[in-house]
Amino acid sequence: MRKMIEGSRGVAEAVGLCRPGVISAYPITPQTHIVEELSQMVADGDIDAEYVRVESEHSAASVCLGAVAAGCRSYSATTSQGMMLMAEVLYNIAGMRLPMVITGVNRALSAPLNIWNDQQDTMAIRDSGWIQLYAENNQEVVDMHIQAFKISEDDRVLLPVMVCMDGFILTHTYETVDVPTQEQVDAFLPAYDPLYKLDPKEPYTLGAFAGPEMYEEVRYEIQRDALASKDVIGEVARDFQAAFGRWYGDVLDSYRCDDAETIYVAMGSVIGTMKDWCDMRREQGEKIGVLKLRCFRPFPQDELRAALAKARRVVVLEKAISVGAYGILAAEIRAALYGQAATPPVHCAVVGLGGRDITFDTLDEIESKTRAGEMDFFAGLRREMLEAG
Amino acid sequence: MTTSAPGFTYEIARGFLPGHRACAGCGQAAAVRIVMEVAGPNVIVANATGCLEVFSTPHPESAWGVPWIHSLFENHPAVASGVEAALKVQGKINDVRVLCFGGDGATFDIGFGALSGMFERGHDVAYFCMDNEAYMNTGVQRSGSTPFAAATTTSPAGRRSFGEDRPKKDLPSIAAAHGIPYVATASMSFFADLRRKAKKALDTRGPKYVQVHVPCPPGWGYDEKNSVEIGRLAVECGLYPLVEWENGEVARARKIKPIPVEEYLKPQRRFRHLFRGEAGKAQIAQIQALADANIKKYGLTE
Repeated sequence: MRKMIEGSRGVAEAVGLCRPGVISAYPITPQTHIVEELSQMVADGDIDAEYVRVESEHSAASVCLGAVAAGCRSYSATTSQGMMLMAEVLYNIAGMRLPMVITGVNRALSAPLNIWNDQQDTMAIRDSGWIQLYAENNQEVVDMHIQAFKISEDDRVLLPVMVCMDGFILTHTYETVDVPTQEQVDAFLPAYDPLYKLDPKEPYTLGAFAGPEMYEEVRYEIQRDALASKDVIGEVARDFQAAFGRWYGDVLDSYRCDDAETIYVAMGSVIGTMKDWCDMRREQGEKIGVLKLRCFRPFPQDELRAALAKARRVVVLEKAISVGAYGILAAEIRAALYGQAATPPVHCAVVGLGGRDITFDTLDEIESKTRAGEMDFFAGLRREMLEAG
Repeated sequence: MTTSAPGFTYEIARGFLPGHRACAGCGQAAAVRIVMEVAGPNVIVANATGCLEVFSTPHPESAWGVPWIHSLFENHPAVASGVEAALKVQGKINDVRVLCFGGDGATFDIGFGALSGMFERGHDVAYFCMDNEAYMNTGVQRSGSTPFAAATTTSPAGRRSFGEDRPKKDLPSIAAAHGIPYVATASMSFFADLRRKAKKALDTRGPKYVQVHVPCPPGWGYDEKNSVEIGRLAVECGLYPLVEWENGEVARARKIKPIPVEEYLKPQRRFRHLFRGEAGKAQIAQIQALADANIKKYGLTE
């Protein structure tokens, strides 16, 4: 049913439709509306779940870990500092091959304290073994959550999935969203039926320690299955299209890239602004295209090589930075293209940190700077605010 | 399960099986065996990182005959909470008991917030703290449970130090202050008492906290054949009172005929610096005062 709702409400309705058994979360801006909505749905009996109100994000993730291990579909949501506090548990969930879904609301990291959007938080846990999907708008957010449980619980994957959505820009924005019916979702997403779970009738030891003779093999299998999960992500996207009629690409989605000489690459909600800006520039005769990464982990290396093969220039917008190196996404794209024939220059613009708006002016600045040959830079920087020297 | 060895046959509990890698004389292994015998097969165990986890589950081996999960050092109460929530959703909460094991480091220090959360939310989980009074798994470092004047590798005795300079954290009282239905201290040296308290904890619905004193031969420095005796002396001198709380109030305490604390301290390497000269006498007097305070507070001789 099409309705005008806030992004957070959309997440809550989508999660509710997935019939989680256990929800556990700790409130943190701008994730709060999601968990408030879910709390109300539980309080009203609209969904049949246990909502465990924990004392920290570390415990929120741990409660979900225990519940999934005991055979219950589980869900949490967090952002920023909460994501950092969860980090230890996030690695553990992936290592234990426990499928679950977390909404990773994207927000800046302290210090300085800042509650607004960038993507430093989820990028900081990119190596944890979680699949990371980034949504462009609230319809995609809703649909991605339903897909996420199916991807995560697939026997070929058994890795947790993080649905990343830009804080405030998506969570607090009202858009018209088509929310599927319970019957549709039930037909698409079967009940969670794990191969192994904590059950006195068939006792397993979960979480044994592994010495040097075993650890590397366990990590290898996580890597092998994470890379292979790209196929499942695409398969689930196609199944979703067949069932619901909506398609966002599998791991990448391209906009006006076919004849593009310059391809702009980014993840998340900024893609919408970039598409409009692209249209404007196209009217001025410039061959610009926009490439969206829906999936950052597993990293779509082969798909990026194909998508960028004909580009003369690549410009990556980064809402995060690896301090002391530079843009994370740009570095990985450069590595992906290394050794290919006629590799285009890959420019890196760090932009929109701590919620600074990314406007047409910002994109114009990036275009002129990259045309002038700048490779790694901060865009939209207020130089008058910098300390002297 | 029945097993046999040359000359005799004996029953072993299904939950916690022999063949694990605990040190000879490990008080914790004995205490866990007693708890698991009482618990029976219809349980799920959540375990913190620590000695128990390491010596019982080196992959691909496991000493656990019941479903068992280990995640991290400090999140076992939250993992147990999640297991319990799942059992509720699945309609199994009346058939399966959830147990949680943590050492004193996991319980008093790093997992304390998660433990308090588990209590305060009212999860139906029986928490057993295996209290050997330091971080034994990593090599005997000081924890919040380390008793006054004990030497550990991070609170060593030295020319300017007599060892740990603070008394042991009173975690049972803190647990009781949550108003949870049952809290108890126990000792691996008092088998029948431990068995009764484990049963009481498992028969009570809601959060339970049982703190079991478990002597550690390498950590405390005594002959491994003496674990039961050392644990007994700790109780009988008043330093480890065996107390039960119900709904936040002291319900009963085991009576003792107090012996001097020296009898407990002297056989242990961690206290030997107190007996090297005149200087240690002041600390021994302070330790005796701690024991006397326990005796008075809980009426151990009345």
